[in-house]
Amino acid sequence: MKSNSKRACLLSVIFMGLGQLYNRQIIKGILFAAIEIVFIVYLLPFVRYGLWGIYTLGETPQAFVDGKVVQGDHSIFLMVYGIIAIVLVFIFGVLYCLNCQDAYKVGKLRDNHVQPNNFLQSLKLAGEKGFPYLMLSPAAFFTLFITVVPLVFGVLVAFTNYSSPNHIPPRKLVDWVGFRTFIDLFTLSGYKETFFGVFGWTVIWAVLATVSTFFSGLIFAVILNSNGIKLKKFWRTIFILPWAVPGYISILVFRNIFNAQFGPLNKWLSSIGIEKIQWFGDPAWAKIVCLFVNLWLGFPYFLALMSGVLTGIPRDLYEAAEVEGANPIQKFLKITFPLVMFATAPLLIMSFAHNFNNFNLIHFLNSGGPVNTSYKYAGHTDILLSWIYKLTLEQNQFNKACAVSIIIFIIIATISIFNFRRTRSFKEEDMIQ
Amino acid sequence: MKKPTLKQKVIRGFIYFLLICITINTLLPLYFVVIASFNPGNSLFSTKMFPETLTTKHYRDLFEKKDYAIWYMNTLKIALCSMVLTVILVIITSYTLSQFRFRGRKTGLMFMLVMTMFPGFMSMIAIYLLLLQVGLLDTHLGLILVYSGGNIAGFTWLVKGYFDGIPRSIPEAAKIDGAGNATVFTRIMLPISFPIITFVAVSSFIGPWMDYIFARLVLRTPSKKTLAIGLFEMVTGRQNTEFTMFAAGAILVALPVTILYMSLQKYLIQGLSEGASKI
Repeated sequence: MKSNSKRACLLSVIFMGLGQLYNRQIIKGILFAAIEIVFIVYLLPFVRYGLWGIYTLGETPQAFVDGKVVQGDHSIFLMVYGIIAIVLVFIFGVLYCLNCQDAYKVGKLRDNHVQPNNFLQSLKLAGEKGFPYLMLSPAAFFTLFITVVPLVFGVLVAFTNYSSPNHIPPRKLVDWVGFRTFIDLFTLSGYKETFFGVFGWTVIWAVLATVSTFFSGLIFAVILNSNGIKLKKFWRTIFILPWAVPGYISILVFRNIFNAQFGPLNKWLSSIGIEKIQWFGDPAWAKIVCLFVNLWLGFPYFLALMSGVLTGIPRDLYEAAEVEGANPIQKFLKITFPLVMFATAPLLIMSFAHNFNNFNLIHFLNSGGPVNTSYKYAGHTDILLSWIYKLTLEQNQFNKACAVSIIIFIIIATISIFNFRRTRSFKEEDMIQ
Repeated sequence: MKKPTLKQKVIRGFIYFLLICITINTLLPLYFVVIASFNPGNSLFSTKMFPETLTTKHYRDLFEKKDYAIWYMNTLKIALCSMVLTVILVIITSYTLSQFRFRGRKTGLMFMLVMTMFPGFMSMIAIYLLLLQVGLLDTHLGLILVYSGGNIAGFTWLVKGYFDGIPRSIPEAAKIDGAGNATVFTRIMLPISFPIITFVAVSSFIGPWMDYIFARLVLRTPSKKTLAIGLFEMVTGRQNTEFTMFAAGAILVALPVTILYMSLQKYLIQGLSEGASKI
């Protein structure tokens, strides 16, 4: 018995489109063959160069010959080319598999003496089936080049020695070093203290910042929602104002208000006879100021959110509790609090993740200061993310910055996945509809 | 109605006292910027909480001595373009991911979720190199692409969650009544998802006004600066001698943004909480 399917598939493996030609699908066959020819003629040299580049990261460093600069390989560009080359190979590989699969399927139809679709029919079918893919392609293209390639690059850099002063292209080459950077981060004196110190403060900061905004938002939402408070709308509008003012501007204003030398707060303190406080010069005060400013900025959001949740709690729950003789505190602990927690727990965890990476607040308020002399390139209030900023933009320690980024990713990903599993919507999303 | 007891009166008094304290605490910093922008002096030190005279000199200086108008137009242009691009891309992507079932959908969704968990800094160096390669470094287009591209993954999840929550029966009923795919999308799905789209539009519009890091990375020429860079440079000098001018500039940015937020707050908070709780 003739096996068209196997033969067509084999032909397509040998060269794209051959199987289709064998199946007498001329146009489709020519199209597939054209893809492979374009790839071999135009893209293969680049792909080979890129793959060589990402494997070796360059072999000839920049040199001086007779007082002139002779350009060598630029390791970092080679790495970017390499990533793009891998993406191209991947896309080509997917097309290649599709081509073989198609040849096999059409061959199978012929084995069973079924008339396969002609070109127009299959084009129409592809249009229907491929519609979602067509819709997604612009976003996929964007995400690929703005997010995926840069992130892959970032991950790869963590496994190189790309850092100043000895490994900065184009003058010097960069090499793969495996997990060396991570080991340095945990063992090298200076970096070890900085990493664990900054990490500790980041966790403390994220917990305190989240808890303080969450509970003050809750308390004031309850107060504003309780009976007998007049001008509810007025208070709510004022309290929500800091949320609407651009955060970046508020932070810069606070930076000036707390300015130790010229700021209005210290001027006022000294006018009533209190000695000036080094708000940003003293580590403890600097941390308190960070938390205070974050509270100012963050509590309106939770206030607004919880006002919505509170108005949604059925009145009769409270009435029933009153009949049973519950006091206001019991009502809060047994009814309000559990219901609010249930509705806002995912947002609480998201807020924790946000604060963990709240670069803007730390950087614009005080640039992570005051400087901690036992730290490497970090100050007392620096969180991991603002330390990365300093490592990248001020110190050119790219590999260390990327290694820390990967660690942050692992932490945030763990938290998010935990959050994700708890809120069951992903599992049940098809049930909702 | 019972007459309030003394204890209740004390509690109520304390609550009002608390509310007034928070009000002062909230308004004082805001009052400080506003009054600083009308203060006659230039520096932070000479700024008075209750100045004898007020001046609009700093507002005029912004336009006469600085390129404030140019920064403003640059930022407005970048913000509008990246908003439009973000909204279009996000709506198409999330609608497709929510309403169609196809191979690779779940993988794609998980992939996007993972993308949003990496710190943005990590991509900085590579974005710089890529823009350099394609000649988009130091152009507004480059920055617009970076903003919109970076927005897609996170917002798509949010909006997809919202679309998922719309009962299937609504579009199906419309289809039975003879509406096509396009009609269902524009006449039914878009109006229903108005809060979340407003949220995405406003957030992506506000982004460029606030972002310092990527603007600094991409833009080099002074005449291409955005507001965030210009304002930041005014107050980070050692002496803060341009504080009042910064205050004036900040007011001109904050005023429209604040009004926008306050007037849309219902949609914004609804959009954020509903979309986020779906994730």
